[in-house]
Amino acid sequence: MTDQTQNPPAIATGAQSTVKASRGGMLGLTANDFRLFLIVLVITFLAPFILNPFPEGSALAQFNAGYPDLMQRFVIFGIFAIGFNILFGLTGYLSFGHAAFLGVGSYGAIWMMKLLTLNVIPAIIMAIIVAGIFALMVGYVSLRRSGIYFSILTLAFAQMSYALAYSVLTPITGGETGLQIKNTDRPLLSNIQDGEIGRANLFGLEMRSSFELELGAWLFTFNAGYYIAAVVMLLAFYMSIRLFRSPFGMMLRAVKSNQQRMNYTGLNSKPYTLAAFVISGMYAGLAGGLMVAMDTQVGPERMFWTASGEVVLMAILGGAGTLIGPVLGAGFIKYMENIISKINSTILHEWFFWLPDGLENFVVALIYPFIGKGWHLTLGIMFMAVVIFLPGGLVEGGQRIAGWIKNRRGSGDGPDKDPEHHPKQAPHVGE
Amino acid sequence: MSKLDLSRRGVLKTGAVAGAGLALPTIFTSGASAFTNEPGDSSVTLGFNVPQSGPYADEGADELRAYFLAVEHLNGEGDGGMLNTFSSKALDGAGILGRKVEYVTGDTQTKSDAARASARSMIEKDGAIMITGGSSSGVAVAVQALCQEAGVIFMAGLTHSNDTTGKDKKANGFRHFFNSYMSGAALAPILGSNYGTDRKAYHLTADYNWGYTTEEAVRTSTEAIGWETVGTVKTPLTQTDFSSYIAPVLNSDADVLVLNHYGGNMVNSLTNAVQFGLRDRVVNGKNFEIVVPLYSRLMAKGAGANVKGIYGSTNWHWSLSDEGSQAFVRSFGTKYGFPPSQAAHTCYVQTLLYADAVTRAGSFNPCAVSEALEGFEFDGMGNGPTLYRAEDHQCFKDVLVVRGKENPENEFDLLEIVEVTPVAQVTYDASIFGGELGSCNPGA
Repeated sequence: MTDQTQNPPAIATGAQSTVKASRGGMLGLTANDFRLFLIVLVITFLAPFILNPFPEGSALAQFNAGYPDLMQRFVIFGIFAIGFNILFGLTGYLSFGHAAFLGVGSYGAIWMMKLLTLNVIPAIIMAIIVAGIFALMVGYVSLRRSGIYFSILTLAFAQMSYALAYSVLTPITGGETGLQIKNTDRPLLSNIQDGEIGRANLFGLEMRSSFELELGAWLFTFNAGYYIAAVVMLLAFYMSIRLFRSPFGMMLRAVKSNQQRMNYTGLNSKPYTLAAFVISGMYAGLAGGLMVAMDTQVGPERMFWTASGEVVLMAILGGAGTLIGPVLGAGFIKYMENIISKINSTILHEWFFWLPDGLENFVVALIYPFIGKGWHLTLGIMFMAVVIFLPGGLVEGGQRIAGWIKNRRGSGDGPDKDPEHHPKQAPHVGE
Repeated sequence: MSKLDLSRRGVLKTGAVAGAGLALPTIFTSGASAFTNEPGDSSVTLGFNVPQSGPYADEGADELRAYFLAVEHLNGEGDGGMLNTFSSKALDGAGILGRKVEYVTGDTQTKSDAARASARSMIEKDGAIMITGGSSSGVAVAVQALCQEAGVIFMAGLTHSNDTTGKDKKANGFRHFFNSYMSGAALAPILGSNYGTDRKAYHLTADYNWGYTTEEAVRTSTEAIGWETVGTVKTPLTQTDFSSYIAPVLNSDADVLVLNHYGGNMVNSLTNAVQFGLRDRVVNGKNFEIVVPLYSRLMAKGAGANVKGIYGSTNWHWSLSDEGSQAFVRSFGTKYGFPPSQAAHTCYVQTLLYADAVTRAGSFNPCAVSEALEGFEFDGMGNGPTLYRAEDHQCFKDVLVVRGKENPENEFDLLEIVEVTPVAQVTYDASIFGGELGSCNPGA
C-alpha cells in the first residue's frame, strides 16, 4: 500500500503541469498538442507539394510519392496505425491480428456499395460498425489472457478470418479473387446507366477525380479521394490525442505499467482494455472502409498475418505510444513498398551511366539486391537500425536531432545549468 | 547526381515550357486528352506488373525477361524474334507508332492489393498506357477491373482460371493464355484413350477460385467419357505437406488421382503421392495413374523425376518446332542462356499483340485498340492459327497435351508433347460462364 500513498502527489504534479501547458491551446488540446496537430494538418494539406519535390522527368522523379494512390495509402495506413497504437501504445497489449478488422471492415464497405449506394459515407460507417462488432467478439475472448497468449489468440482469429474469406466463405467474399464493383451491380439508391460500372463518390464527387497543377517542370496532383481521406485522418488523429490525454487514456496507461497491481486495488481493468480493443478495431475498420472507398476492391490477403505484422512494424518503427510515431512509421513502410520496389536495374544504369563502364556495373551490382524485389531487405535493414539505435522509433530520432540543435544553440550560454548532475525527474506516466 | 538534367523536362510535358510559373490547371487527371495517359510524341510507357516475390516469383522473373525481350524487338534491337514470323506485318521495329517503347516494372507480390497499388502507381505516376503481367488469376481479375475503371488496356499474363474471361471479363482486358475449360476438354480424350473409359477419379483441389474451375472442368469432361468421380477434397493453398490428404486416397477405390494444384502446391503434392507409392499400386486390376491438369516447365523442374509419364496440359512448350516458337526460343536463349517458360511466351506474345493492335488501329486509344484486337486472327506466334474472340476477349488456339519425359536429355527437356488438341475441340460458347463484358472505357 505504500504505492498508494505515493501516488496522489504524483498525480497532483501531473495535473498541475497539464493546467500550465493547457494555456494557449485550442480545441481542448494543450498548447503542445495543438501545435503538433497544426503541424500534421499543414503537412497533410500540403502533401501534394511536399511529396513531389523533384521535377517531372528528372532522374530523381523516381522518388516522388505525390500521386493519388500512394498519398491515399499514407493517410489510410496512418489511421490504421493510429488505431493500433491506441491499443498497443497505451495498454501494451500486442494484437497480432489487427488486419482482420481492416479486412472485415473492407468487406462490409464493399457490400454496402454493391447493394445500397455508391456514396462512400454509408460504406465507411458500415465498415466501422462491422469491424467494431467483430472486435468486440474477438476482444471478449482474447482479452481473457495477456502477453504472448493474447497475441497468439488474436493471430489465430485473424488467420481464421483469412482462411474463411479465402475459401470457405467464397460466395460472400469472392474467395481469392475478392470483390469488385461490377457492371451488373445495381445499388438501391444510385441510379447508374445499364452496363456502366459504378464509381465510389461523395455526393457526386468521384474519388478518382483530380486537379492537376503545373508549375514549370513540376506537376502537382490534388486528388479528391486523398483530401477526403486526409480529413478523416485528421479527425482520427484529433480523437486519438484527446483519448491519450483523457482519464480513460490514463487508465489504459495504468494497465500497461502494472495491470496486476491495478486489479489488486479492486479495479476491474477488463472493461477498459476491451473498450480500447474495440476502439482500436473500429479505427482499423475505418481504414478498411476508406481503402474500399478509394479503390473499390477487397481481397482476403488484406487479412493475412503479414498484413497484421506490418502494422506492428509501423507502430514500432515510428515510435509506439507516441502520438505521431505510428503515422510516420506507416508512411515510411508504404513509401518503401511503393517506391523502392519499382526501381529496376535499367533505372540504376541510367543513374550511374556517367561512371566508367566497369565501375558502373560494379556499383549497380552492389545496389541491385536492395531495390526492386529486394525492397523487403532494405526495409528489414532499416527496421533493425531503428530498433537498435533508436529504440523509441523515428520520433526518438526527431527528438535527438531537435535536442542536438538546441544544445548547439545553447552551448554558448556559459556554464552548465546543472553542474552537480542532479538526477532528472522521472517523466510522469501520463506524459 | 549529374543525371539531374533539367533540359529533359521539356520533352515530357508539352505545356511545361510555356508555363514557367504559369499554372495550367486541368480538372480530372486526363481532361486535356482524349483518353487516359495519351503518350507524347517520342515515347510510350508500358507497365510490367509481375510477381517478383511470393510463391510465383519464378514465373514472374521469367515473364520480366520476356517483356524486356519484347521491348527490344519492338524498338528494333536484337534479332526481331517473332516479329519476323508474325502474320501481321504492321510492326516494323521502330517502336509503336514511331514512339520508342519504354517500361516500368512493379511487384504484385501475388496479392491483389499490392498488384493494384503497383498498377495504380504505374498509371497515375508513370503514365503507363497499358498494364500487363501477373501469374495468378486472383491478381489478373483484380488488375483487370482496375484497368477497366482507369481506362487503360490490360493484357493478362499467366492466368488459367475460367473467371478471367468468364464471369469477371472486362472490355479493357484481354487474355492470350488458355483456361481450365480448355485443359479439361483437351485432356479428357487423351486420358480416355490411354487409361480407358471406366476409371474412378479422386481429385485433390487447391482451395481457391482457380482450383474450383479446374476441378469442375476436368470432372465434367472426364465424366463425359465415362469416368466416375469418387472423391473431391480441397487442400489449403498454403499446405506444404500433403501426406494427410494422400492417405485417404489409398483407402478409396480410386484408380486415378487428379491434382488440381499449381506451382509449389503441385510440386509438393506430386512428390508426396509418389513417395506413398501410388504409382506402383494396382487398383481394380488397373495401374494407378496421376494427372496434373495444368503443367509448366518450372513445376516439372521442381518435381524432378516424379513427373515422368504424368499427363497434363500446357499453353506452349519451347520444344515446338514451328517457325514462331523457334524464333522466340532462339532470341530468348541467346539473351538469357536457357529456353523460355510458357509464362514468358504468353507475356511476350501479349506485348507484341498489343503493339500490333495499336499500329493497326493507328491510335493508343483503348477503344480503338480493343476494336483492333476483337476478332483478330493471327498466326506465327507459336500456337498456330489463333483467334482473339470478340465476345469474351479470350484467345482460341490449339492446346498442348504433354507428358513428363522418361529420359530427359537436359534439365530443360522435361516434358514431351503427346498431342496438339485442335482448337475446334476446346472451343466453347462465350456465354456459358456468365459475366458481362461491358463497354470499353478510354478513361477521359
